[in-house]
Amino acid sequence: MGVVRSPKDFVAGLMFIAIGLGAIVIASNYTLGSAARMGPGYFPRILGILMIALGAILTLRSLRLQGAPLPGWKWRPVIVVLGSVVVFGLIVNFAGLVLSTILLIVMSSAASHEFRPKEALVSGILLAILAVGVFVIGLKLQIGIWPGAR
Amino acid sequence: MDLLGHLALGFGVALTPINLLYAFIGSVLGTLIGVLPGIGPVATIAMLLPTTYALQPVSALIMLAGIYYGAQYGGSTTSILINMPGESSSVVTCLDGHQMALKGQAGAALTIAALGSFFAGTVATILVACVAVPLSELALKFGPAEYFSLMVLGLIGAVVLAHGSLLKAIAMIILGLLLGIVGTDVNSGVARFAFGVPELTDGIGVVTVAMGLFGFSEIVTNLESTEKRHMVSAKIKGFFLSKEQFRKAWPAVLRGTGLGSILGVLPGGGAMLSSFASYTLEKKIAKDPSEFGRGAIQGVAGPESANNAGAQTSFIPLLTLGIPENAVMALMVGAMTIHNIQPGPQVMTSNPSLFWGLIASMWVGNLMLVVLNLPLIGMWIKLLQVPYRILYPAILLFCAIGVYSINNTSVDILLTVLFGLIGTIFVKLECEPAPLLLGFVLGPMMEENLRRALLLSRGDPTVFFTRPLSLLMLSMAAGLVLLIVLPNFRKTREVAFQEE
Repeated sequence: MGVVRSPKDFVAGLMFIAIGLGAIVIASNYTLGSAARMGPGYFPRILGILMIALGAILTLRSLRLQGAPLPGWKWRPVIVVLGSVVVFGLIVNFAGLVLSTILLIVMSSAASHEFRPKEALVSGILLAILAVGVFVIGLKLQIGIWPGAR
Repeated sequence: MDLLGHLALGFGVALTPINLLYAFIGSVLGTLIGVLPGIGPVATIAMLLPTTYALQPVSALIMLAGIYYGAQYGGSTTSILINMPGESSSVVTCLDGHQMALKGQAGAALTIAALGSFFAGTVATILVACVAVPLSELALKFGPAEYFSLMVLGLIGAVVLAHGSLLKAIAMIILGLLLGIVGTDVNSGVARFAFGVPELTDGIGVVTVAMGLFGFSEIVTNLESTEKRHMVSAKIKGFFLSKEQFRKAWPAVLRGTGLGSILGVLPGGGAMLSSFASYTLEKKIAKDPSEFGRGAIQGVAGPESANNAGAQTSFIPLLTLGIPENAVMALMVGAMTIHNIQPGPQVMTSNPSLFWGLIASMWVGNLMLVVLNLPLIGMWIKLLQVPYRILYPAILLFCAIGVYSINNTSVDILLTVLFGLIGTIFVKLECEPAPLLLGFVLGPMMEENLRRALLLSRGDPTVFFTRPLSLLMLSMAAGLVLLIVLPNFRKTREVAFQEE
């Protein structure tokens, strides 16, 4: 693995440095003030500096200490699971709870390697009934049930 | 008012039908998620928090608390019966509990786990009631400098006593503090880190962060592993302990309760640390340590009492000081804030019925859990047979509806997904999300107290070292960090968590 002996720490360290830098750059738009009269930019800048320092130590240390390699990354669960929730979020406003629920359940079920379409559809319909019963009728949340209606 | 008066007030609140109902719902849900692997108390509480808006604050807190300690009961059931911990705090129960089950002593193991937990819950409830008053009085004397130092100590303590890399954990705290800043600054009115998104000017909700980091990322991670879960169904009979078992178990229950009560109060403590520590202790003082791992009843009695005691006493710093010490307590802060209750020492005086009602409900909930768990054990086992492929889409759905219902906006759902993605990356990089959540909740409070302390001292930062209480707390925090650098302690810490 070349110079980097602990890839997990190396990447984490760089990530923290980047976040710290980003925080300082954005916070530079806010008034700094003084210690006695702190402006909105004071605390974020302190945190940004601490973050960079910690990230730097972590990165340097990863060159010396042995660590585990980066694990593999399976895209299917990430994209399918998170993607189905994104779709739910985008359509629930106008498509209503019933359709969005069924779509979410069927789509997200496809992330599993034991996906069974029929079973997912049945589960989606049952959960849609349950969700309407619990959230709209029971808890009176302001969510439309059918498309268009609110 | 004396202790009895306080408890009488508390039981008056806890025993009203509506609060009994919510304690029951909380306990049932807690047991359920304790039994089901793949979803923990943090994600569940985050999921249900939005549904408590319409409730009375005390009912909401009673239900959410029930989920936390209910999970301790449920987690032990699966550990014993199928060697699979439903909760991280029940990991050690697998070691001897499942061995007992293989020897046909499943009933006895379940009984001692439930009764030990109930005993520990009773003691812990009394303990919470006893120390609450003096601790709150002490905290009321704190100035901003003391509060700031207390938060530093709380955060550092939380990461030193937890497992994983200290450096990364501290970085995660700071990231949490930064995220806590997002939104409109109360003093200047400037919208910070809002990136022009109007929804962000109100800040990010604790539910959003917790659900993404704990709920979504856990589902994604679970789905990545392709190994099949195996089910072993065993017939359970013989719930009664033999004399010999009872003689061995009760001292372990006492020790576990004591240890759990103390460790629960410490920052970073709570159910998980308590159970690990108790198992180590029981093994160390046992006459015949070779029994452990082969069905020693002490190995079930101790940790199961300890995790329940720890779960309950971890409410002490939250209720008296306003400082959450683990991820579940961070969510309880969120729950209180939603109901316009600022957690801290003033809750006891300004809202006594909420305070004592919550404490009394813990005992009521524990009693319900014994009833729920022992006779109904068969029902919980049935639930385990629901395959994960059906379970996780349902979890996703309830998460999505829960987040959406907070503000009726899709932006919150998208933010949660973003945190889910970030959480998945954290898992890959071995960065624990719990410290981040603590920092996130404490961020605004920490900034405000830092600001006030320095305003009072006219910008002189030595104020944190010249006020004795503040100095004491900062030295303790520094001491904890030094401790972990020492090789000896480091080794013990690694050993304590290796069983996981």
